[in-house]
Amino acid sequence: MERIQPASGALADAYIAGCRVGELRLQCCSRCGLHQFYPRIMCASCLSDELEWVAATGRGEIISFTVVRRPISKAYEAPYVVALIQLQEGPTLMSHVVDCAPEAVAVGLPVQVAFAPWSESVTLPVFTLDSQRGNSS
Amino acid sequence: MSSLRGKVAIVGAADTRVGVVPDRTATELCIESVLLALADAGIGKDEVDGLVTCNSMAQPMLYHAEAIAEYLAITPRYCFAAGAGGGTTFSVLHHAASAILTGMAEVVVVAMADSLRSGLTRDQAMLMQSSTGHPQYEQPYGPTVPAYYALIAQAHMARYGTRPEHFAEIAVACRAHAARNPAAQMRESITVDDVLNSRMIADPLHLLDCSLVSDGGAAIILVAAERARAFRQSPVYVLGVGEGHGHEHISQAQDLTASAARESGQRAYAMAGLRPADMDFAQLYDCFTPTVLVELEDLGFCAKGEGGAFVSEAGIGPAGQLPVNTHGGLLSHCHPGNPGSMFALTESVWQLRHTAGERQVANARYGLLHAQGGIMSSHSTLILGREEG
Repeated sequence: MERIQPASGALADAYIAGCRVGELRLQCCSRCGLHQFYPRIMCASCLSDELEWVAATGRGEIISFTVVRRPISKAYEAPYVVALIQLQEGPTLMSHVVDCAPEAVAVGLPVQVAFAPWSESVTLPVFTLDSQRGNSS
Repeated sequence: MSSLRGKVAIVGAADTRVGVVPDRTATELCIESVLLALADAGIGKDEVDGLVTCNSMAQPMLYHAEAIAEYLAITPRYCFAAGAGGGTTFSVLHHAASAILTGMAEVVVVAMADSLRSGLTRDQAMLMQSSTGHPQYEQPYGPTVPAYYALIAQAHMARYGTRPEHFAEIAVACRAHAARNPAAQMRESITVDDVLNSRMIADPLHLLDCSLVSDGGAAIILVAAERARAFRQSPVYVLGVGEGHGHEHISQAQDLTASAARESGQRAYAMAGLRPADMDFAQLYDCFTPTVLVELEDLGFCAKGEGGAFVSEAGIGPAGQLPVNTHGGLLSHCHPGNPGSMFALTESVWQLRHTAGERQVANARYGLLHAQGGIMSSHSTLILGREEG
């Protein structure tokens, strides 16, 4: 059984193409400078259609999380951590926090992007605890 | 634009059997709720010229309201099915009340039913759950429906020091109300420890922090206030209504711990000319316990961040300062999906008629009802009263 795959579309495909080459892509508005996620056909602030893909730093902070104990399907191995990550550039996205015990996850911890295969053709961003920044802050 | 305040009234209200009702399809439950509400109001089906329903998940239909009208063999001039998740019910009331005032219809039936417990296949249930989030940027991560609400709970805990015990007390209070309601699906009393010892579903939410999965339907009949006095039941008046729509997907929420319930509530209070302290009871959307806590704050029953203390100290059970979910709510009465708040509505009608039996809130004059859909996304607030003003 396969995990849920992202629905296809021109903007989503460009985003996923970035993931495949190890880049977390955000849109940046050439007119007002806003970084936005998820990708849209226009800037959600000034409505300009002059949007550029930029590579995010991949650093962010956990603003909330949960440990899913009953998985949504057999393709997902519980427990897994679903988190909301606020990126340094501003936007928030949903992802997994991986490579740590669920008990180690907390609101406010810094995280760093990593990439995980979701199917043969799809790679998606996940996050790991950023121990370097976690220790220094 | 003139206000709706006191200009429309509910003159009929009824629930079907709820809980596990395998002998009725979702369509049949919807029809049965209409028949019971007509009997309650003392009118025939041909007096109905407006019908609003919501679609069923167990028996979805492309033209749901039209199909219900056809089944009843009525030909309304105002007819539609609405869908805004849990927030649908009071949003629909807002629309139906406006339709009456603008002359689109005179006697509007709002009827909603579903059979999530007996009528869904495993695949349908799975599809329903996995289609909740954003199809590109959320669903692949496999969040379950409880997980979305757990994100709100966890953020509230981190920001305000709210504890799992506070959420548990909400489940305990709803069960205490349900114990006084012979119609409720779950009536056996529970304790905070029972909730905390129940299986963890998505941290910090335990099984007993989650609402039920049920069959059931309910309907109400709405008419202009000047017509309402001619009906056999004491009318219950719509005094205030408001909506607020913040986001759809939780990852796009401006604030995880505060919601558009603030704007929705402020609009309803302003229309009614009433304040939180005027409310004799509140029916607050409780698909999971944290929603009640956030709604208590956002609707002004306590300050932001003090929902936990309000639940523990002021109390929301039958003997509390503010009885909340006097029928038992989605947590203990029943939760057949989108129709869930209809039962809060019919319960409020009975509370304001003073016919709620053992669970009657003494001298109830005003009640506030709040529903939300999405993940704390789409909000609607209704204030009802025993008198026109």
